[in-house]
Amino acid sequence: MTEPVIVLDRISRAFGPNKVLVDASLEVNSGEIVAILGASGSGKSVTLKTVNGLITPDRGNVDVLGHRVNELRERDLAPLRRRVSYLFQGGALFDSMTVFDNIAFPIREHLKMDPGELTQRVATLLRMVQLDDVEHLAPSELSGGMKKRVAVARALALEPEIILYDEPTTGLDPVTGEAIADLILDLNRRLGVTSIVVTHDIPLVLRVAKRVAFLEHGRFVFDGTLEAARTSGPKTVKRFFEAGVIHA
Amino acid sequence: MTMQSNPSGFIQTIASIGAAFRLAGQAVIRMVTPPLDLGETLRQLDRIGVGSLNLTNITALFTGMVLAVQSAYTLSKFGARLYIGEIVTLSLVRELGPVLTALMVGGRVGSGIAAELGSMNVTEQVDALRSMAADPVRKLVVPRLWATLLMLPALTVLADAMGIIGGLFIAIFQEGLTANFYFARVFRALAFNDLLLGLTKPAIFAFIIAIIGCYNGLNARGGADGVGRATTNTVYAASICILIADFFFTKLIIGLAP
Repeated sequence: MTEPVIVLDRISRAFGPNKVLVDASLEVNSGEIVAILGASGSGKSVTLKTVNGLITPDRGNVDVLGHRVNELRERDLAPLRRRVSYLFQGGALFDSMTVFDNIAFPIREHLKMDPGELTQRVATLLRMVQLDDVEHLAPSELSGGMKKRVAVARALALEPEIILYDEPTTGLDPVTGEAIADLILDLNRRLGVTSIVVTHDIPLVLRVAKRVAFLEHGRFVFDGTLEAARTSGPKTVKRFFEAGVIHA
Repeated sequence: MTMQSNPSGFIQTIASIGAAFRLAGQAVIRMVTPPLDLGETLRQLDRIGVGSLNLTNITALFTGMVLAVQSAYTLSKFGARLYIGEIVTLSLVRELGPVLTALMVGGRVGSGIAAELGSMNVTEQVDALRSMAADPVRKLVVPRLWATLLMLPALTVLADAMGIIGGLFIAIFQEGLTANFYFARVFRALAFNDLLLGLTKPAIFAFIIAIIGCYNGLNARGGADGVGRATTNTVYAASICILIADFFFTKLIIGLAP
């Protein structure tokens, strides 16, 4: 296997008295798709946010693409953040902008592109997420699934090496969820994008992940292959899969 | 009492004030260094300035009328009703125009800024900006600060004019003075210091309103409830800070140039 591009080394993070992460460690190799599972409030989203520096751990180190993220100041994180995209749970589209401007935003921020080329690029990104003729719409005019797909298109705008997906299929109908899963797989296969997928959606995990890490009370209690998680993992992990498959 | 009964609350308040000052410092540095998001600044100029016109003008018009009615009543006891123009003008330009306009704009615009940025914060739009290596202070705070700084003095000048016109109505229709006489008194009353005071105050108040609104918005937590708290805190804090700043600034200017 290739070298790790993301290394979380015994990170801890508390919010007031609430210890969300306690000595959590995880390594993700280049080109891998790793699913992080765990009950609500187990620290999955906080873990994901430490990877691109949105949250700084109280203790421990976060290394991403050779950068020690937890030691970088906000402005020094910029070059890394261009290479690491984040798909937020609710999409986090900018309400005051149209779909076009939302997707064009990171391109305008970081690349010099003439208007014609930018229009082409946005159209291409929208086609990748199977949307068209929505450029002029405001986010408030989109359904939940469309918002998520626009958010995916925006996350892809700078052709990142790593994408962090926070609950990419939550609130979506099964067909749209499947389309998102196909997109995650496609990006991984075609472009070698390394992905961490935080989710409760077991069918999505079964479809895209080769490796699973399970968070419980702020620690990774399991880290192994999908098959091992289902067969020889701890009871809580196996139960999670069984319940997920039944609900699906 | 607050200190003894709730020391952590006191420390938190001090920390918040420190953080707001830090945000103000970051914003000022970015205001004078490119790039400026011109599109967003123009949008905010329209929202903050044009959007507040009716509110501040109606407030000033009726304040000018009330001021003239009250002045006429008090001055008539001394046979000095002719001085209505001076009283209305000086009260408005030096004090009521800047303060009332700032309180109105603080309520409308400050709470609006806090609500907008608070909603962006709780729906992770601010995190989205950071995740795309965009600077939230430059993108969100600086345009609102520039727009408030440019528009509040302009709104104050218009409000002063509306208040003086309000006084004119009372002078003509209640007190039987002529417009020429009233305006002659108005212009005779105004000195350079009055205009300086009347235009400097709005700039200070604008800074207070924008920074408090942005700070509360960017620190809103916990969904709609948190956004609601951010807006209420903004109106509360901005109003108090405007009145305190008004007192000290007036003392300072009168001390420097009586």
